[in-house]
Amino acid sequence: MSEYIEHDRDKNSVGFVEKKFFTCAESPAEMILECGERLGPITLAYETCGSLNADKSNVILILHALSGDSHVAGYYREDDEKPGWWDNMVGPGKGIDTNRYFIVCSNILGSCMGSTGPCTINPKTVLPYGLDFPVVTIGDMVTAQKALLDHLGIKKLLAVVGGSIGGMQLLEWCVRYPDMVTAGIPLATTTRHSALAIAFNEVGRQAIMADPKWNNGNYYFGPKPDLGLAVARMIGHITYLSDESMRLKFGRRLQDKSDFSFNFDADFQVESYLRYQGKKFVERFDANSFLYITKAADYYDIRRQHGSGSAVKAFSKTRAKFLVVSFTSDWLYPTYQSRAMVKAMKKNGLDVSFCEIEAEWGHDAFLLSNERLTGLIRGFLERVYNESCK
Amino acid sequence: MRYDLQIIASWIEPGSRVLDLGCGEGNLLKFLITQKQAAGTGIERNEAKVADCIAKGLSVLQGDINEEVLDYPDDTFDYVILSQTLQQVYEPDTLIRYMLRIGQKGIVSFPNFSHWGPRLQLLLSGYAPVTKQLPYEWYNTPNIRVITIKDFRKFIQQVGFNILKEVAIDTHSEDRYGKAIKVFPNLRATYGIFLIGNGK
Repeated sequence: MSEYIEHDRDKNSVGFVEKKFFTCAESPAEMILECGERLGPITLAYETCGSLNADKSNVILILHALSGDSHVAGYYREDDEKPGWWDNMVGPGKGIDTNRYFIVCSNILGSCMGSTGPCTINPKTVLPYGLDFPVVTIGDMVTAQKALLDHLGIKKLLAVVGGSIGGMQLLEWCVRYPDMVTAGIPLATTTRHSALAIAFNEVGRQAIMADPKWNNGNYYFGPKPDLGLAVARMIGHITYLSDESMRLKFGRRLQDKSDFSFNFDADFQVESYLRYQGKKFVERFDANSFLYITKAADYYDIRRQHGSGSAVKAFSKTRAKFLVVSFTSDWLYPTYQSRAMVKAMKKNGLDVSFCEIEAEWGHDAFLLSNERLTGLIRGFLERVYNESCK
Repeated sequence: MRYDLQIIASWIEPGSRVLDLGCGEGNLLKFLITQKQAAGTGIERNEAKVADCIAKGLSVLQGDINEEVLDYPDDTFDYVILSQTLQQVYEPDTLIRYMLRIGQKGIVSFPNFSHWGPRLQLLLSGYAPVTKQLPYEWYNTPNIRVITIKDFRKFIQQVGFNILKEVAIDTHSEDRYGKAIKVFPNLRATYGIFLIGNGK
């Protein structure tokens, strides 16, 4: 779900989509996680749009970020307030053209949008997992996604596309399944979190855990740690914007008043905006999922996992073609991190294109409708599709 | 396509791996890929041009050519092209060495400053020459190097590389048409185009 997505002005949409569920890793064949623990059964919520061609060569896997879900485009029902979170990019004739490609998007392991996560019932206790849910990694999320694609009979991915934490899953896909992935489009992402990114995540987690209602993760039958989660989301939103975007969007303007209130109400528009975003977020997101997913992102390090500390070695394991995109005002995953990724890809002789898009909207720019981004993705996908058909 | 690019394209063998430094809107790359079955990559500094190239289905990186050439493994390419950019390069010898490390051969083209046009302008008017090939005033030109065909020959010898082929051209009509200049090229050609190698 994106805060930004709106109905398509031209009413151009994939139309109705259906959230489906796939369950695997049932006892005794539980999935062995990177932390060593076993987890099962695992359910993934997923959606597809477009149609699979006869030789199953037109599949694009879209990987969502922290608070996203399987609902990438289209509508569930006639009266839905909003379409899927990337409806501006995914649809008939759009950047990722559903007339041509078959799109799969699943909710990540550890989330709360239909896939197994800390709010799911633990079959052993018949209570929600809470903190008994094992710490899952980006790698574990990918393992679960691979099981889903196996179930769908998909052996080849024309492309994997993902921004932010979705980009991390994408990189993991490319190095882990080189024979399966033809191309990757990592957007506004990194091969590993900087200290800055970890720091912001930690403050968010602390805000949740400091809320007495969090109760060590055991709150599913009582009041939820809404205040903590809202503060965590507010911090997140600051990192998704930028100095420039906040100056343009809010400046020092006051919210519905002409002078200061001389108390601690929201005086400034930016305060009011953050409070609103925090409040909206707690209605749809689980605080424990926030803890687990941010931890997975902080742990992710493609160099440590796949390259004994070297990004060049890590990328030697893939043969995918890449389109790397960063945004000028993204201070959460700044351009230098994308450039480091591109450098490692080049050193391996990989086919890589890179563009730093001038955008004032910070990290979240990848979710916003942007003609340049659409053109890049459309052109790149067309090329890899034509080359793979040769 | 520009006349100098047509000449460059004619030198490239089908199926080659090509890197175009400062590829602009990617016209040469597109031609080489579609007409010569080349595997082509470009580097371009300008975001809009990069986006244009990628949207056209080309493999292009946004970046500074002097830095981007550092990352490729030795002999990644058959040809590394530097067309009409040499006059803007701060360290030409370093760049050309890198071109011939990552590529088997290099192709370099540049506006010839010793053409009779600029010579006459300087001689008769006393002002720094402004021509169709070098259309800037001294205070706003990105061209920090003044190169002549003779200078370039000497330079390639000094840095220890070989000239494998050279053509001096005189172009006209928006640079799309032109002719090769065989007699007094240093005086009569508007551009020099050189194929260079490292003499192995």
